[in-house]
Amino acid sequence: MDAKRLNEIVEAVVRELTAAGLSSGPAPAQTAVPAPAALPPAPAAAPSPALSALVVDLEDPTTPAARAHPGVQNPADADGLAALMEATPARIGYGCAGARYRTAPWLTFQADQAVTQDTLYRDVDENLLSSLGLFKVQTRVTGGKQEYLLRPDLGRQLNEEARQTIQQRCTRAPQVQVCVGDGLSAQAIESNLAQILPVIRQGCQTAGLSFGTPFFIQYCRVGVMNDIGDLLQPLVLMLLIGERPGLGRADSMSVYMGFRPQKGHTDAERDVICNVFNGGTNPLEAGAYAVQLAQKMIRFQAGGVKLKLAEG
Amino acid sequence: MILRTKLFGKTYEFPDLRILMGKANEEKSGDRLAGVAAASTAERAAAKMVLAAVPLWALRESPVASYEQDEVTRVIFDALNETTYAEIKNWTVGELREWLLANTTPPEEIRRVSNGLTAEMIAAVTKIMSNMDLILAASKIRVICHCANTIGLPGTLSSRLQPNDPTDSPEGVRASIYEGLSYGSGDSVIGINPVDDSYASVARLLDMTHEIIKTWEIPTQNCVLAHVTTQMRCLKNGSPVGLVFQSICGSQKGNESFGISVGMLDEAYELAKKYCVPAGPNYMYFETGQGSALSANAHHGWDQLTLEARNYGLAKRYAPFQVNTVVGFIGPEYLYDASQIQRAGLEDHFMGKLTGISMGVDACYTNHARIDQNGVENLAVLLTAAGCNYFMGIPMSDDTMLSYQSTSFHDTAALRQLFRLRPAPEFEAWMESLGLMHGGILTEKAGDPSFFLKR
Ligand code: B12
Repeated sequence: MDAKRLNEIVEAVVRELTAAGLSSGPAPAQTAVPAPAALPPAPAAAPSPALSALVVDLEDPTTPAARAHPGVQNPADADGLAALMEATPARIGYGCAGARYRTAPWLTFQADQAVTQDTLYRDVDENLLSSLGLFKVQTRVTGGKQEYLLRPDLGRQLNEEARQTIQQRCTRAPQVQVCVGDGLSAQAIESNLAQILPVIRQGCQTAGLSFGTPFFIQYCRVGVMNDIGDLLQPLVLMLLIGERPGLGRADSMSVYMGFRPQKGHTDAERDVICNVFNGGTNPLEAGAYAVQLAQKMIRFQAGGVKLKLAEG
Repeated sequence: MILRTKLFGKTYEFPDLRILMGKANEEKSGDRLAGVAAASTAERAAAKMVLAAVPLWALRESPVASYEQDEVTRVIFDALNETTYAEIKNWTVGELREWLLANTTPPEEIRRVSNGLTAEMIAAVTKIMSNMDLILAASKIRVICHCANTIGLPGTLSSRLQPNDPTDSPEGVRASIYEGLSYGSGDSVIGINPVDDSYASVARLLDMTHEIIKTWEIPTQNCVLAHVTTQMRCLKNGSPVGLVFQSICGSQKGNESFGISVGMLDEAYELAKKYCVPAGPNYMYFETGQGSALSANAHHGWDQLTLEARNYGLAKRYAPFQVNTVVGFIGPEYLYDASQIQRAGLEDHFMGKLTGISMGVDACYTNHARIDQNGVENLAVLLTAAGCNYFMGIPMSDDTMLSYQSTSFHDTAALRQLFRLRPAPEFEAWMESLGLMHGGILTEKAGDPSFFLKR
């Protein structure tokens, strides 16, 4: 086919598409024509007066007030819209540009992702642990956070030193044993531990449940509960662990619980109280709820799905 | 058994089908974790060549776990159509690939032949297909199901409205539902993941979502994605349930770690048929995802793709309204980065379709994986081209309770516009009647949750 005929076809197709509203632009540049040689760089000119007078100086879009700002144009019920937005931390009420996001909430979303990534690789503050009287042991992860992320199997096993330390320092066979693990968010532990731990300790005392020696596990996965169970033989084990960080929010912690945890147990034998943070399940309430759940496990002599079925 | 090839003068030999299947996969961190990944790109290429020459019968004879040992294998083998199997058992994996792609192979024939395939065969052919192969072959297969409305019709794309809230606050959930509906999300299901798995809390969310569906006469179904035992208790006690949900795994041992069994799912299915609110006949909803069996150390030494294919074989037993892989949900230990998540999304979608189930995808990622929002937007476009039945609709794709990012209400609207697709027809008519959609496009009134405050 010659170039002229080809061009005719291309033009006809583009005309048709434009008429159908599929392409609003002019016909695309023809690739057959050689591109012009690159222009020499323009000499550096002094900026125009308008350019020198340009000021872009933005307010922080991540403040609660900025986030509460609605983006729907002409809402059916403006006060109602504000109330709906206030009812949830979800990103609603920001409107749209055609079928896409408006510019400001989209760029804030990207900023939120940036801070989330930054918090991923931090360790739990040692001062917090010592102020709460927790000693620290490790799982079999030796290669730092990167290995922790890629080897969940290692994060489910205590290392040799940890086994010895735990055996030396912990009371055996308590009714309730509490352990703390970094999991996927150090910040979750830092935000909630000082509030929840005393509530659980106090709650156990009130309920007449003996309370084991609490400690901290670095590079921890939920499955490590089996190793702890085998070493200490508690009736109920509570593992306070950092959940994976959400977008712009890394303070959510879980309490995983098991009844007589031991080798071979799976998540089916466990329960979890999740989303523990101020704004989710309040840590004080979560502590009280965990003690109640421990009592229930002891009453029914079961945890996880077995407990659910036993309850009816 | 001899499984080997020469490649550039070097011999690559594989001891058995388990190792061969692992090494024939595209690169995935989870296969490395399981110790079945190819050691080099050349070894991967050699494994694919050998696998392409393996006859289908050999794969039937090598399930991940034996018939006696594993009830998922029993479910799949018992459902196999022996007549169809006899027709195709001597095809090689490579021939199956070409047959699926051939322009002379009609879609109905693919649906028929799929009844003669086991999960291991479906996994095998997937391993030797390129991304575009997976898209093209999947696009030929439509699976249409009905509950309160119809999912999977050609020319449609549905969206699960996922209004999760970190405290299960009914008011917070309601606000997100209004937002989603106003963008045309919710035709696949209004489905909440609950923070609190207790009976009382789950029953409350079922009542609340049902009330919205009633008040606005929405042609759709509700679901609370608690553990199936909690939903069964709700059904027995008269809660209004649309779909019954459960996460499933590709081996009996994996399902045990989820606290479920085939017997339990059978019972849930019977209860669903007896008590669910909508017309049906498709009442079940399952979620899956590469890596869950390995995570529970229940993979029997096999690769995560093959385990995933077995999920779909299990799901098929219950004629589910919808099944979606939650690709990228668990984390980088199974799917490390954007290209691994995208590849797995295309694989899972294709395998589900080839198994014969109504397949959607939760195209998503966690913040500890190496991918960003652009990565899942790309995947969603690819999957729409592949004819995916539905995606997740989450406010700006940010799930504040499950802590991950997926696809948004806006994404579904944009994909429908891009590919000239519509919501489920019943749902579209409802959107039109409210003036929120016209000719398949959202109107000026759309995107405003306060629209739904007037009833
Ligand atoms: C990732 C995840 C999963 C993954 C876990 C695989 C993996 N390797 O990580 C998969 C997809 C398999 C999964 C499955 C289920 N999950 Co889940 N999961 C999560 C999620 C999003 C993050 C967990 C996390 O950050 N863990 C921290 C890290 C450090 O732990 P890890 O050792 O790496 O991972 C372990 C835990 O995540 C654990 N786990 C995950 N989910 C659940 C659920 C229960 C009940 C238990 C005991 C353990 C458990 O499994 C992992 C391996 O041991 C949470 C939401 C949240 N905000 O926490 C929900 C969450 C914990 N899951 C939940 C539920 C309900 C389930 C299911 C029961 C759903 C269903 N109906 O089938 C199933 C089955 C769980 C089981 N018994 O095994 C609920 C729990 C609600 C409750 N209070 O009981 C949560 C809070 C989400 C929700 N609201 O729906 N889940």
